[in-house]
Amino acid sequence: MFNAITQSQIYVLDQDEALDFYVGKLGLEVAADVSLGFMRWLTVSVPGHPERQILLEKPGAPAMSEETAEQVRELVTKGAMGGWLIFTTDDCRGTYEALLAKGVEFTEEPTERPYGIDCGLRDPFGNRIRFTQPRS
Amino acid sequence: MSRAAEETNRRLLRARDAMDRDYARPLDVPALARVAHVSPAHFSRTFRAAFGETPHRYLQRRRVERAMFLLRESGRSVTDIAFAVGFTSPGTFSRTFRDIVGSSPRAYRKEAVAAGVPTCFTMAWTRPD
Repeated sequence: MFNAITQSQIYVLDQDEALDFYVGKLGLEVAADVSLGFMRWLTVSVPGHPERQILLEKPGAPAMSEETAEQVRELVTKGAMGGWLIFTTDDCRGTYEALLAKGVEFTEEPTERPYGIDCGLRDPFGNRIRFTQPRS
Repeated sequence: MSRAAEETNRRLLRARDAMDRDYARPLDVPALARVAHVSPAHFSRTFRAAFGETPHRYLQRRRVERAMFLLRESGRSVTDIAFAVGFTSPGTFSRTFRDIVGSSPRAYRKEAVAAGVPTCFTMAWTRPD
């Protein structure tokens, strides 16, 4: 049977801007950045955990028609594409302050929940991200 | 869809996020229009074109959703909850709640089950039509 999730994917509208945000601001690491000719295979991971990567995929031809890619872009910018990532942290409030200082767009401040402290933000394109400090 | 239209969507989403955060305050169209980079006169129409409902309706459902959350997961009184989510009178709250949810706040509270998933999913999926 399965024993891990190794690759997940979200759509981004600009891979350089995505790199700047996910690596430059959120502090993830580039796990792979390879030009395959037909696409740029760009993945990031939590530092020290290359076994689990997120593919930052740009929608476009020939994987989908330009018309479909436009629809995907529209959905991403409306926050309706369904790209969701949830990270964990040892210090939700400290991470929130550090990312806020870097200009990250938060949707929710750190809040106590039954499962821990967490908060919400969006990437530059409209995808939703959360990070949680699990209740110990 | 042009880049300009994508940028407008993204800004409208930012304005909608602001409504999700500040749902207890009166709807501030000029402020939201500034976030969205559209004129106050065009904000409602532009918002509706993107999200399929007016900002007023979106906010009303968000307030009811937050009230449902507090009824489920807190012991606060119905009156207290009405004011906490932005209604200006308990009577308006109860009437609006019943119109949208189909039962009174008290009846809803009796039957509701807590939702143990991250809050953003709860907010997205339990905001009533």
